[in-house]
Amino acid sequence: MQFGIFTVSDITQDPTTGRTPTEAERIQATVTIAKHAEEVGLDVFALGEHHNPPFWSSSPTTTLAYIAGQTSTLQLSTATTLITTNDPVKIAEDYAMLQHVSGGRADLMLGRGNTGPVYPWFGKDIRQGLPLAVENYELLHRLWREDVVDWSGKFRTPLQGFTSTPRPLDGVPPFVWHGSIRTPEVAEQAAFYGDGFFANHIFWPASHTQRMIALYRQRYEHHGHGTAAQAIVGLGGQVFMRKNSQDAVRDFRPYFDNAPVYGHGPSLEEFTQQTPLTVGSPQEVIDKTLGFRDYVGDYQRQLYLLDHAGLPLKTVLEQLDLLGGEVVPVLREEFAKDRPAEVPDAPTHASLVRAKYGDEAPRQATPNANRGDNLTVGSPYQDTDVDATAARQSGSAFGPAATRQGVAR
Amino acid sequence: MTAKKIVVVSAGLSTPSSTRQLADRLAADAVAALGERGVEAEVRTFELRELAHDITNHLLLGFAPPKLEEALDAVASADGLIAVTPIFTTSYAGLFKSFIDVIDPQALTDLPVLIGATGGTPRHSLAIDYAIRPLFTYLHAVPVTTGVFAATSDWGGSDGDGVRSLPDRIFRGAEEFADLVERTDRSQLVNDPFQLDRPFGHLIGGLAGE
Repeated sequence: MQFGIFTVSDITQDPTTGRTPTEAERIQATVTIAKHAEEVGLDVFALGEHHNPPFWSSSPTTTLAYIAGQTSTLQLSTATTLITTNDPVKIAEDYAMLQHVSGGRADLMLGRGNTGPVYPWFGKDIRQGLPLAVENYELLHRLWREDVVDWSGKFRTPLQGFTSTPRPLDGVPPFVWHGSIRTPEVAEQAAFYGDGFFANHIFWPASHTQRMIALYRQRYEHHGHGTAAQAIVGLGGQVFMRKNSQDAVRDFRPYFDNAPVYGHGPSLEEFTQQTPLTVGSPQEVIDKTLGFRDYVGDYQRQLYLLDHAGLPLKTVLEQLDLLGGEVVPVLREEFAKDRPAEVPDAPTHASLVRAKYGDEAPRQATPNANRGDNLTVGSPYQDTDVDATAARQSGSAFGPAATRQGVAR
Repeated sequence: MTAKKIVVVSAGLSTPSSTRQLADRLAADAVAALGERGVEAEVRTFELRELAHDITNHLLLGFAPPKLEEALDAVASADGLIAVTPIFTTSYAGLFKSFIDVIDPQALTDLPVLIGATGGTPRHSLAIDYAIRPLFTYLHAVPVTTGVFAATSDWGGSDGDGVRSLPDRIFRGAEEFADLVERTDRSQLVNDPFQLDRPFGHLIGGLAGE
């Protein structure tokens, strides 16, 4: 099981001092936090994507690539990558690049975002949120699996003989999680492709997460990717710890009461009772987290939100020390107990390569001399199967007929 | 036959409240009218005052705390709703509207509704028809023709201004409501928010071959 942290990249005033960090400070602090996550033994760091103040993370792969260069084992992910407003062609390129420079330590979580105004900033229509998510991902999925893609859809210009470069590392696309709070169609999308499903799990009651995960597991099995128990599940979580419980409540309350999402709403006590938020001792965090398994089953990835609502860097690093030092080691041990053998670990690049190639050497894409034209002559890569290329070219290269011609996924 | 489920929502703020009093009378007459038709009914009443903090939290966070969720589920799966609000500053009480705002937009479809309202003077009586009724028609609920407005002077019981007395209006509204409630089987229908409208293959335009 993987444990890690995720951040939304908010730049929020510290309510106890009245001070708001600069963008530069918060960006550097986040790099420090990610590096410390690896130092304390966590597995995953996931970064959000936003395109408006008070957030800074508009270009997650730039940040993640830098963190990759400063770390050696940390898995880098997103929370979330906007599948609605980003061009799937650019996502395919950016995350394949991140895979290469990080040595296969990259995956990503797709989401629709929660800020309506983002859509027009990228030339999209918010009323088409779900259809955009569906169509864009279908294209992204193909771009990572087919060297040459002919495609047409409703939301972007058609592609004729397009090759997304670089090809995914070792010919294995980054693993994809689909994140959602409340949309059953996203659980269905994850199940359909046999991808992972990540439940935000932070702002909503456990009963809601339970039903979303149950739906995803059932549909994962329905679509033939394995048993329901083998579906790949991730959960969010939110914690604040001090050695002793009363100190945690006292120290976190001002941040809770003024937090951007739930501030000025329910009391800290109500919210901890109704949602997975845990404010208390490391032991309380251990108990609460172990309880997640009771309603979602054995799962693969647990990410915590630690660095939001204006919490200063020093406090966040202390949280990481407690999480890595006292909480996660116990969780690893406890979650391993009674875990059925059929339940897989979270996919990694190594496991995906093994699943695809077994003992064979993985593909290393080597281009042919560039003709600048994938339409008229053979394959752009030296190792591409000639028959598949011929089959593709026997159909129409243009119009709807070409898109129906798709090479087998 | 299973009993019809009637939910009463009262947005009165004071205790005791004339809004609650009107709500109770509407409910009693509705149960009696159904009884005459040989239909059993059970009534659950929710005072929005007791849910006021939960409603605000729902507006801020997007999910219902347990007590409010119970009320929302009851309304969504009812055979009939009796909705009663005070009229403040020419319209429904803000708390009443906030409650309506946290109801799932599909949850009230085909739901028979009996509207009641209270106010200081009869001059506000049309608020039922210009403010409250459009809320329910927008939500595809079915408000009955008669809405019952009770001004302070109505509780005196006389019909001195030439209209039917309050008890007469309550009776008439309850009869219309009972006619609709008798015919509906809403509470027997399963309402699953996690139900997928269409298999996923259709969402991606047939490319998936499902």
